[in-house]
Order: sequence, then structure tokens, then C-alpha cells
Amino acid sequence: MQRLIFLCAFLYCISTNTAAQDCNITFKGRIIDFHDKTPILGASIAVINLNRYTTSNMDGVFEINNLCKGKIILEVKHISCETKQITIDIDKKISKDIYLEHHLEELNEVILKASKKTEQSSVEQSIKKAVIEEFTDKSLGDALKTISGVSTLNTGNAIVKPMIHGLHSSRLLIINNNVRMFDQEWGDEHAPNIDINASDRIDVIKGANTLKYGSDAIGGLILLRPKRYTVKDSLFGSILTSFNSNGLGGSLNSEIIKTYNSGYYTKVQMNYRKFGDFEAPNYNLTNSGVESLNGSIQFGYNSFEKGFDAYYSYVNNEFGILQSSHIGNVNDLVNAINSQQPRVIEDFSYTINVPKQLIVHHLGKIEAYKRYKGFGKLTVQYDFQINRRKEYDLRRGDLKNTPVIDLRLFTTSLQPNLQIDYFNNLKINTGLLIRYQQNDAVSGTGTSPLIPDFDKYDAGMYAVGNYRLDETTDLSAGFRYDFSDINARKEYNVTDWQETYNYDELFPEFEDGVIKGTDIPTNPRFTYHNMSASLGLSKKFDNNILLLANYGLASRVPNPSELFSEGLHHSAARIETGLLTIGKEIANKFILSLEKNSNNFGFAISPYYKRINGFVQLVPVGITTTIRGAFPVWEYNQVAAQIFGIDIDVNKKVSNNFSYSGSLSLLQGDNLTDNIPLIHMPAANFSNRLSYVNANLNQLTIRLSQKTSLQQNRFPDYNFFTYNATIQEDVFVDISSTPPSYSLFGMHTSAVFKFSNKGSLKLEFTIENMFNKSYREHLNRLRYFSNDLGRNYNLKLKINY
Amino acid sequence: MKITNTIKITKLLAILFISVFTFTACSDDDDDDNDHDHDSEEELITTVKYTLTNGSDVVTLKFSDPDGDGTIEPIYEVSGDLTANNTYTGMIELLNETESPAEDITEEVKEEADEHEFFYTSDVSGLSITKTDTDDNGNPLGVETSLTTVGAGSGTLTIVLKHEPKKPNDGSSSSAGGSTDVEITFDVTIN
Repeated sequence: MQRLIFLCAFLYCISTNTAAQDCNITFKGRIIDFHDKTPILGASIAVINLNRYTTSNMDGVFEINNLCKGKIILEVKHISCETKQITIDIDKKISKDIYLEHHLEELNEVILKASKKTEQSSVEQSIKKAVIEEFTDKSLGDALKTISGVSTLNTGNAIVKPMIHGLHSSRLLIINNNVRMFDQEWGDEHAPNIDINASDRIDVIKGANTLKYGSDAIGGLILLRPKRYTVKDSLFGSILTSFNSNGLGGSLNSEIIKTYNSGYYTKVQMNYRKFGDFEAPNYNLTNSGVESLNGSIQFGYNSFEKGFDAYYSYVNNEFGILQSSHIGNVNDLVNAINSQQPRVIEDFSYTINVPKQLIVHHLGKIEAYKRYKGFGKLTVQYDFQINRRKEYDLRRGDLKNTPVIDLRLFTTSLQPNLQIDYFNNLKINTGLLIRYQQNDAVSGTGTSPLIPDFDKYDAGMYAVGNYRLDETTDLSAGFRYDFSDINARKEYNVTDWQETYNYDELFPEFEDGVIKGTDIPTNPRFTYHNMSASLGLSKKFDNNILLLANYGLASRVPNPSELFSEGLHHSAARIETGLLTIGKEIANKFILSLEKNSNNFGFAISPYYKRINGFVQLVPVGITTTIRGAFPVWEYNQVAAQIFGIDIDVNKKVSNNFSYSGSLSLLQGDNLTDNIPLIHMPAANFSNRLSYVNANLNQLTIRLSQKTSLQQNRFPDYNFFTYNATIQEDVFVDISSTPPSYSLFGMHTSAVFKFSNKGSLKLEFTIENMFNKSYREHLNRLRYFSNDLGRNYNLKLKINY
Repeated sequence: MKITNTIKITKLLAILFISVFTFTACSDDDDDDNDHDHDSEEELITTVKYTLTNGSDVVTLKFSDPDGDGTIEPIYEVSGDLTANNTYTGMIELLNETESPAEDITEEVKEEADEHEFFYTSDVSGLSITKTDTDDNGNPLGVETSLTTVGAGSGTLTIVLKHEPKKPNDGSSSSAGGSTDVEITFDVTIN
């Protein structure tokens, strides 16, 4: 089956239902390359039911003599081409041009080796469906952490933001089924609202080849791809259930796919996940439960020349946030830091109380494409997203069930893209983007909104070229221009506007002089022009060795929280202030990668360097006294920064059944302006995995793994003293020091049992944190309050049908 | 075939567009079209007033921070000195003065007495404060207090209000846990 698709074939049939009255017709055909219209030599053509064969000549021409009237079906084979089937009525037509397609991978990625890349010269790593399924009841960030150079910024264990090379939030682009996610990603405690079960493969692009999706991928790009289906009549699906001892919960995921010979396909997927309070090794993490309900529907038509794909996904997440992390002021924070245990430890419960987050995300898109002979492929995509985020905190009286934050973000965009593959050695990918975004700080919260109402317009254009210099060398270059206009409406405190920040002199055009009580209504409006560029080189050597080099210029406009945020951030016990004076962030990125792809022995060594001008960071700047006591004030500022490091991955087959893989990530981030380390940089970490796989024994797999994260010794010291009124003395607030190194061990076993031709049952048993190690991770925002998760036994059952 | 496809695509596009508007409409349940309908801080406490009374001897300790978490420095006002060897009846009042008329937050605290508790501490020797009121479970609340002075002296008096503290507790705010809603320190003098 696979081999058949790998070969290039034409199917041409004669239906011999007509009487053999006139059987000396000659059919003349010509085989032509779809892209550059050159004739194809040496394609083999078969009229199947007549058992007759021929081949095309220098001009791509072939002839079949002595045909009778009626319909015929041809089969043509040519190395590395597509299977195509055409029925021709000989009565009407006795000659035809037949277009052959060399770029089969575009149509049917399923059949390709897993190493197919987004761009030839990009430095990227992927996780496949089997790994995604291991994380079926976890988050995107947890799954991506298996890739070297990717870490996560957590708020507890359920709210997980992926980080690439120490950068996260607005500096990462997350592309879900070709749609860029906009889900209030600016917040440290806002995890991407993605159900990973809807994806078939996830790529992490660390290099610069990301211009198609945006100019601001300073950290990198995460690409979630759905599966593309083969063109045949089929009905199949799977049910995956998972149960965990920690949190006494799990998930149920079900998907069903119907494909048709005509090229149509449809897929429905549903996922439900529920956990109660998780537990650290010695205590319950009260109010850390999760509940989520996700679903997606996909419908489309797939043929070589044209097709469309319509996709809609719904994600509904409810995250409990550790109750002990709700604190009032800096003294409560000191108490939490100094205490070994969280202050609230209650019995296990499935109830999710405040503080909590409730997020609903809708994403819909429709994409249609058409290929033009001797030119390329035109794709047009329309998409929309609605993100509604409600955050609940501990409140008094009537406001008990009212969220403190209620934001609705609507995003819609139109993206035409043109892929020109007419030239033999040069591929050009160019396109436009038009996007509108509206943020609505929904009223009724009884608090002044953290992020104000705004309208944002974006327009962009890009062109990326890939040039094949010779058999072993590829060059790529790209350029992108973006225009953004953001128009916000926010009320400032008069004193803040006029005195604290001096905005009345810096931005007089934003106000109209009207003062309402203590507030001044303003209308901040900013426009930005952004240039970005990329250069890439890929060079193949003997023994499957590949060298990649990327340079990227990326620039990012400030996100709404960096410009406008104002107020108390509860679980952090800090007041966060955005500044209208924050400007663009511009990064120069260099990355090299030396890779050897082989099952017996492979490696990837990727050093990188990023220099970022105007790096926006949120750091403590002082203390303010409120009625609740003292709070540190954290303000956004901009510094010159550099981040450099190296990611190393190795895999080695030890024997037929045993294999080893390991990875190491080293990173250093510097604030060059103040000559101190950058805040919140991942520490050096390494992992080792030893696997035993026996393909003959139900694909039995046993894997032992270890991951060590060293203590981060390079951190900026933002510790301070505060007066504690109850004990009447100054106390030291150690918010900067990092927790010690830790190592976690795990075990994974799985086996597959076939019960019919395509039906199978897969059993998986996993132990995480095998030795029930108590640890804290410095990139977990709740590390002041509690230990991380303890041991977990997980059982998964997957039925394919 | 081609025409059917086009129709299908058109239909699908139409459905998508309609759904966009439906979603937008659905989520717009808060009628938020007005640009300047921003909420005011409803649960803010701007003012804490501790009134100590012994007959005609009335001393008030007042803290006010009209802009809440804003950058304006709060104001402390102490109306006078306390008298030595005296017992005062103390009463706490919490107000949100950004509203007009000012909202009395003390009422809300009393309604949820079991979830709140005031804590008083002072480094003035001999000065002692006892809570004279209780919540429904018989645990101290601390809106009403009794303050006793002994000798002359000066120092500080700190008032802390905890939301969801451990109740009953050992009487110190730090071991009671909970989250701090009020924490203010006054300078007091006893003559």
C-alpha cells in the first residue's frame, strides 16, 4: 500500500461494455510536469484491464493503438510521483495532456518519513502522535518539555506556558492548524488554550524560518498540525482513556474519521478531562483541580489541484489555583516563603473553588487552495477566534461569584498565500495578512480592568524564497513587513497621568482635557511599522550529516499588558504597572545546528545566540503602601539583553532491542544594561532515557527516564526588606533566590494487542516522579507556596478501530 | 462537480460567518458597547477609622487612601493622645469613599464574621486590646474592642484584618493565615 503511493502512478481504465465494432483507435497522450510544464521521460503507462504497457518518450509522448470505443483507465508510474486516476472516454477524446506531480508530500504527508520539515533550512524538532498521546491528559507545555531547549513557566501544575530558550508569552508564536493563537497570551499565568489531542504532530521551530506566521517570533514558533488523510474510502477512529493516581482523575478522548475516495474527509474529536486536588509528596495541594471539555470538527476536500479545509475547535478550561497562593500583602508572602507547607491543606476534593480561571476559546477557520499549472499554489484562509477569560478571586459579599478579571478577545484574519514552484531550484512563498482584533473588558466585575478595551488592526506582507544551490545545499531568505495600529480607551488616575508618569506632557494627544472626578478618560493610540528578515542555509554531508545555519531579525510590538496593565496581581502579591513609553523589541537571532539523522546513532548539536534590544521585562522597582499593607511594585522596563546557549540531543541504538537517548540544554541570559542576569531564565538541565523495544512481542516497550534540573545560580537579586507591623521589625523578602537542583525518575511501559485487521488495543503504564521526590521549580510561579507534584501512577488504554 | 464544490464552499463560508456573529453576539451578554463604562473599584477599602471612646474622651485613629492601590501616598490622622490608666471602648469602621455616599464595608465584614477577624498589636508597654464581639461560632471578630492603657509612653498600634483566617487561632495574625485585607500601623502616644 505504502509502496504504491510512493510510486508515481497513473490509472487508466477501459470499461469494455461497448461492442468491439471499431477497435483501431489510437490514443495519444503526453506526460507533463505540473509545475514547469516540461515533458517527463520514461513514465510507464498501463491500460490495466487490457494488460498493455508502454512508456513515454523524450517529449513525454506515448501512444496506445487498437483501442475500442468506450471508457479507459490508465496507470502511469514514474519515480517519486503521485498516483492519479483519470477516466477518458475514447469516443470523444483521443489525445490528452496528463500532468504529473512531483510534490507528493504536499498532498500526503502521512506517508512521509517523520523528518519532513516546515522549511528545508529551519532548525526544528518535532513530537509525534505517540508522544502526544502520552500527554493526552496534560498540557501542550508538558508535551513540549520533552524537546531540548523547551522549558515551561508554570502556575501550579495545570497552567503551563511553553518557553523556548527562556522566552515565552508574546515572544512565541503558537500556530494551531495554521491559525495563530490569540488567547491573552501576554499573561504569565495564561496558558495556551489548546487541546493537544486534536493535533497529529507538533513542531518547535527554534530558528528563524517563521516569517510566514509573523514578525515577532523572538523566542520561536510552535506549530500544531492536524493529520492529513489519504484519499480512500475508510472509516476509522480511536478511544483513549487515561487514569491517574495523583489528582484521582484522567481523560477520555475519542475521535472518528471518515474519508472518501472522492477526496472528501471529515473528523470529529472530543476530549474531557477532570482532576481533583493534586498532591505533593507530603500534602494535598488544595484547590488545584482541573476540568476541561474540548472538541473539534474538521471537514474538507483534498485533491492535488484543489481542496478546502474547514475546522472548528472549542476549548473550555477551568483551572483551580492553589488556595494557599491567595495572599494579601508582602507579609503574607514572607509567611508563605518561610513556611515549609502551604497554609491551607484540606482533604482531597474535586471541587474547584476560588481562586480559579475559567477560559473558553473558539477557533474556526476555512482554507481553500487551488494549484495552477506551471505556476504554483494559491491558498486563502479566513479564521476567527474568541477568547473569554474569567478569573475569580476571594471576594466579599455580593461579589463572591463575580470574576475580578473578565476579558473577551475577538480576533479575525484573512490570509492569502501564494506558493510559486514553477522554477526548478527556487520555491517562493509569499502572502498577505489582514487582521482585526478587539478586546472587551467586560463590565460588571466591580474592579477597574487590568487590560482596557482596545481595537487593533494589523496588515502584513511577506516573501520567503528557498533556493537549491546544488544537490546538497539549500539557501533561504525571507522578508516581512507588518503594520499595526492599536487604539485603546482607558481611564487613568489624574495624579498618575499628570505627575507620576508625566503622560500629560508626553502624550497630550491621548486626552481631551476632560476630568471625571479623580479619573481622566484617555484614548491612547499607537502605530507601528515592523520589518523582519531571515536567512538560512542547509548543507548535507556524507553519513547523513546535516549542517543548518539561521539568522533572523525579529521585532515585536509591545503587548497590551506591557502598555496598559495597572493593578494588583493577587497570587503574586505585587502591583504590576505597564507604561505607555514601552517601545518595540528588536532581536537578532543566530542559530547553528549540526545534525545526524539515523536510528543507529544520531545527534543534534545546536548552539544559539540572541541579542535583543529593548527587551521588555517586568521587575520589582519599589514598595507601595496600601490599606492592605506593603506591596512591591513591579514595572515593565526595557533593557538590552542577550541569551545564548546550546541544546544537545543524542540517540544511540545499543542492540537490537535496546536504545539510548539523552539531551542537554545550557542557557545563559544577561541584562546588559544593568550588567546582571536576566530574570526567569531556565536552569541547565539534562535527561537520559533507556528504552527496550521488542517488535515481535506485541511491540512491548519499557523505558526508564531521568531528568535533572540544576539550581539556577544566575538570577538578578531583587530581594528587599519590608516592615512587618505585627512583629514590629523589618523582615527580609527573598523573592529571588532559587530552589535547589532536583532529579526526577520515571518509567513507561506499553504493549499493543491486535484484535482485527486494523483494530488494536494499546496498554500503557507510566510512573512519574517514581521516588516521590519533594522539589520546587524556580519557573513555577507557585514555588513560594508549595512543593511540586509527587508520584503519579498512570494507566492508559487506547483502542484503534 | 466543480459547481457542487463551489456551492459547498460558499455554504460553508456562510455558516462560518454566521457562527462568528452568533458567537460574538452570545458572548456579548454584558452589553458592553459603551466605551467608557469602566467599573469602579467596588470592594475597595479606602478608609479605616478606629474610634476609642471613654465618656467625653474620644480619640480617633484614621487612615485614608482615596486612590486605593494607586500611587498617591495614604494619610494617617490621629486626633490626639490617649490618657494613661484608662479603658476605652473601641469601634472599627471600614469605608469605601470612592463611592458616594461612602460604602460601609464594616457591614459586609460583620455579615461574614466567620470568614474575618481583626488583630491588634502594640509595642506600647501595658497597652492591651481585647476583642469584645464574636462571630456565630463564638470566635472573636474584633470590630468591637476594649483598649486599656497603663502608664505613659509612645509607640505603634497595628490593625490587621484577615480574610479567611484559621478560626479559632492563637490570637496572632501571622499564624492565623488567610489573606490580609487591612494592615495599617498608627503612631500613638499615651499621657
